[in-house]
Formats: sequence, C-alpha cells, structure tokens
Amino acid sequence: MSPATVSLKPEISVDFDAEKIRADFPILKLKIDGKPLVYLDNAASSQMPQQVIDRLVRYQTTQHANINRAVHYLSEVATMEYHTARCKLQQFINAREDREVIFTSGTTDSINLVMHGYGRKFIKAGDEIILTTLEHHSNIVPWQMLANEKGAKIRVVPINDKGELEVDEYEKLFNERTKFVGLIHVSNALGTINPVQRMIDFAHQHGVPVLIDGAQAAPHITIDVQALDCDFYAFSAHKLCGPTGVGILYGKAALLESMQPFKGGGDMIASVTFEETLYNTIPHKFEAGTPPIAAAIGFGAAVDYLSAIGIERIAAYELSLLNYATERLNDIPGVKIIGTAAEKTAVISFTIDGIHPHDIGTILNQDGIAVRTGHHCAQPVMQRFNVPATSRASFAFYNKKTEVDALVAGIKNVQKVFL
Amino acid sequence: MHTNSLYQEVILDHNRKPRNYGKLDHANHQAVGHNPLCGDRLDITLQLENDQINDIAFQGESCAICKASASMMTAAVKGKSRLDAETLIHEFRELATGKLDTTHPHHLGRLTVFSGIRDLPTRVKCAILPWHTLHAALNSITSASTEENHDSAHAVVSSKS
Repeated sequence: MSPATVSLKPEISVDFDAEKIRADFPILKLKIDGKPLVYLDNAASSQMPQQVIDRLVRYQTTQHANINRAVHYLSEVATMEYHTARCKLQQFINAREDREVIFTSGTTDSINLVMHGYGRKFIKAGDEIILTTLEHHSNIVPWQMLANEKGAKIRVVPINDKGELEVDEYEKLFNERTKFVGLIHVSNALGTINPVQRMIDFAHQHGVPVLIDGAQAAPHITIDVQALDCDFYAFSAHKLCGPTGVGILYGKAALLESMQPFKGGGDMIASVTFEETLYNTIPHKFEAGTPPIAAAIGFGAAVDYLSAIGIERIAAYELSLLNYATERLNDIPGVKIIGTAAEKTAVISFTIDGIHPHDIGTILNQDGIAVRTGHHCAQPVMQRFNVPATSRASFAFYNKKTEVDALVAGIKNVQKVFL
Repeated sequence: MHTNSLYQEVILDHNRKPRNYGKLDHANHQAVGHNPLCGDRLDITLQLENDQINDIAFQGESCAICKASASMMTAAVKGKSRLDAETLIHEFRELATGKLDTTHPHHLGRLTVFSGIRDLPTRVKCAILPWHTLHAALNSITSASTEENHDSAHAVVSSKS
C-alpha cells in the first residue's frame, strides 16, 4: 500500500521519557505466557498508574463513608474529597462552575442522562436529531430509542473514504425541525478527530444544542468546554488512567436546570412527600443514590496525573508513535489501514488480506500483544468500509516504539501462520 | 515461529479449503447462525431424509476457527443419522468448554483438534457457532438464541425448514 494514502505530519521531537512514565504503571511489568505485555488496547481502556492506585487505597483505608448525609468525621472527609474530585474535573475541562459537572457511571450513562433529561422533555414528533456515521453505539442507540418513542427522526452525517466527516453535508442537514446534534469528538474505531468547533458553531447559528461524546478525545486533547461552547460533553474515567464505573457529564448550568431528572432516588431531592417531590439543585438532581465515591476520587487523581505530564506533551508523543506505526504498517504487504484522516489520535484500525480479525487478535495474543478486534461498537463505520470487523491498535503515552516493532513482527507472524 | 496449539495444520487446511462450502438447492432444513459479538454469520443448509443427513453445506463470513469447525463438522455429520449428529453436537460443545473427558470413549475423532479452544473463552463461541446452527437446523427452530447456561457460546440462530 502506498504511504501517500496517509497524511503523515512531520515527526515532532518530544522530550518525553516513556521509560520513566512506564515505571508508574505496575501492570506494564506483566508477562503474558512468558512474553512481555504489549498493551495496545488503550482506546478500550487505559491502564492505571501507581499514583491513582495509591489514591484509591488511601481513600478506602482512611477516608471512606457515605457522603452528603451524616455529620461524622468520615462522612465529612468523604464528602469533601468527592467535591474536590468534581472541582478537579471542572478545571480539567475548564467548566465555568463545578455544579456543571455531574458524576455518572461513564460516557454511556452520561449520554442516556441527556437523552432522558433533555431529549424526552424537549424533543417532539417530527423533530430531527443529527448524528454522524462515526458515532459509537452509545451515541446512536439512546437517540434511536427516543426517536421511536417520540416519532422523531435521525439524520446521519456521512464520512469520506479517509474516515473524515463530510462537514458540508452536515451543514445541509439543518432545517427548522433540527432539534439536537450528537457528535463524537474522536472516532473510537478510526481515530479521526472531528472539527467539533466548526460543527458546534454551525449548530448554534441554528439554535440547536450539541452533545459531544468525548470518550476518546479527553485522554488526548485538551478540552475547554467554554471555548468549544458545547452544550454537553461526556467522557469516562477508565480511558484516562482512572477507575471503571465513573465518568462525567458536563452540561451548561441553564440547560441542566431546565432538564428533568434521569433517575429518581436519594440525594436528588430537596423534599419528598407522597404527594410531591421537590428536586435538589444541580448537580445533585442528577446524582440519585450513593455515587461511585471512590471511583470519582480516583478519577480526580487520574486527571491530576495526566495534567502533571501535560495533555499537549502526551498528544505530541502519541502522534510520533502514530506516525511511526502508520509508516511501519504501510510497509507490510497485505495490511490495509482503515481510517486515514488528516487529523487522528494514535489509533490504527487495520485489516490483513484473507485473515479474520479474531484470528489476528488470538495469534497476536500468543505474542503478548493486546489489540482489539471486532466492530468496536461502531457497526455503521464497519458497514461504510464494507468490512465486518477490523483489528485496532490504540496507543497511549506509555507505549514505545519497540512495541510498535513488536506489533509489526506479530503481524508478520500472523501472515506466516496463514501462508 | 512458536508452536501454535490452536492453529494447527488441520484447522488451517480446512480454513483454506473448506469442505461442503456453499448452499444446497434441495435443502429441506436450514438455519442461520449469528455471533452478535463479532458479526460473524453462518448459513447451514441440509437435506434430511428418514432422519438421515443426506447432504449438508455451509457458507458465511467468519474467522478461521469458525470456518474450520464448520467444514469439519459438515464432513463429520454427512451421511449420519440425526441422533448421531446430536450426539456429536453434544460432545463437541463439551469438548470446547473443557467438560469432555477425552479419556472416555467419544465420537469426535479428529475434531479433538479443537480441544485447545477451551483455554480461550472468548473464542469458544467461534468454534461452537456451526454446531449451534446445525442443532437449530435439525430441530427446525424458527427463531432461537442458542445461548445456554452451561457454556459460554453466544449465538443467535434462526432457521426455517
């Protein structure tokens, strides 16, 4: 395959000590069947540094109690630490106020919150919701459920052969019935970075609110929700070196206040009688029940960790890995990279002629190499490229060039098995 | 290259040159098997007469494990009675999930090449999908999930006959 099909940006020289960073991640010392672990499934979930593990241990050993309720010491500490975590997230995305940050169980939960809280209240029969071909199923299915319930319609932004959104087509989809836009910031299947700023601005010219699914963007791109002016922004902790089970929904305060609650229960109320319930203020209105307190505090530690390294430095280093890996994979006959957008995060989806992705994944695993195989919860993307599935190598800042070399050797071994 | 316990030559051979590949025109039983986790799909057509499988064919999009399993399965059940086929289906499921005691008599023969799959829980369903689909075709299950509690295979199968 010709390297000309991929836009390679100039190699950025990065002052970045991957070995020193790797020492923070105990799991990277693992051996799989006697072979060093080569973890290239970071787009699915990233690994956790000792600093975050230690924070979880400290919370669990010295600070744990339920929050917002009791007057005893531990409850006050836990409440304060949970609030501090919210403030760390607020700073991480530059939200105007901490009450605009709602802890959820993850990106999927965040999107469902917007569907139930905003969509079910404001979207009516005949209204149109714009989504893109690149969406993860988590930003398709909730809106389909809403469209079916309300008699609303889903409009879909197409992509080109490189896996880039056709923004002109997006703009043509708008009309007086357009009531909502759901947009993935970075494609999980292909790594495409979408021009969200331009797309948000355009939607706002038509008075349409925009939800950004930032699950794949937040670990690699500095997020400034005020600069973006997005109405909602969602992402998960476990893709940012944090724990599973927690994520956030950012929403503009006025919008959040106008919405109906998603889940009912404790903590989300101001007062309850059997005749009537008065809801609590935001963010509590959307945090029914005991939240994932430990995970949220771990999330705060994780964004502290990433911020200390610097998202921009992380992005520059990952770009150098992406360029190197793209070059090396393009050199292997029979390997085809799916998704060659000019703007990409360090994700390489690929196929090997005549070999099913699951066989690729299993044989790479025998070399200790972890990649993701399948449709990546993005079946419309697979359909667009007319493949049932791909193999996906996704890199993090703790990966190194020798691991790209291991992947290349692994792919050649796969081809040898099937020769 | 290191020895590969699962991708043995017999499996690779059946993947390269699948036996009984295609679709029977004269089929009186058929089923479609889906693996919703990976999108793989398998069609089985067979001709059953007096409870004997006179002819059988398969086609579909799948990984090497699934294709080789389907190929070897069709070769194994062709000409067999429905009862014998059901015995093989049962034994193969037990083999793939690590529950078959291969020191006891069984009927799997060369199909034991798939025994290594039990160490790869995420791939068990690939090997089992053809067998679930055959089971559905034999029993004319119109729409069924072959998801069963006793194994980790996930296949949604529909059939008509």
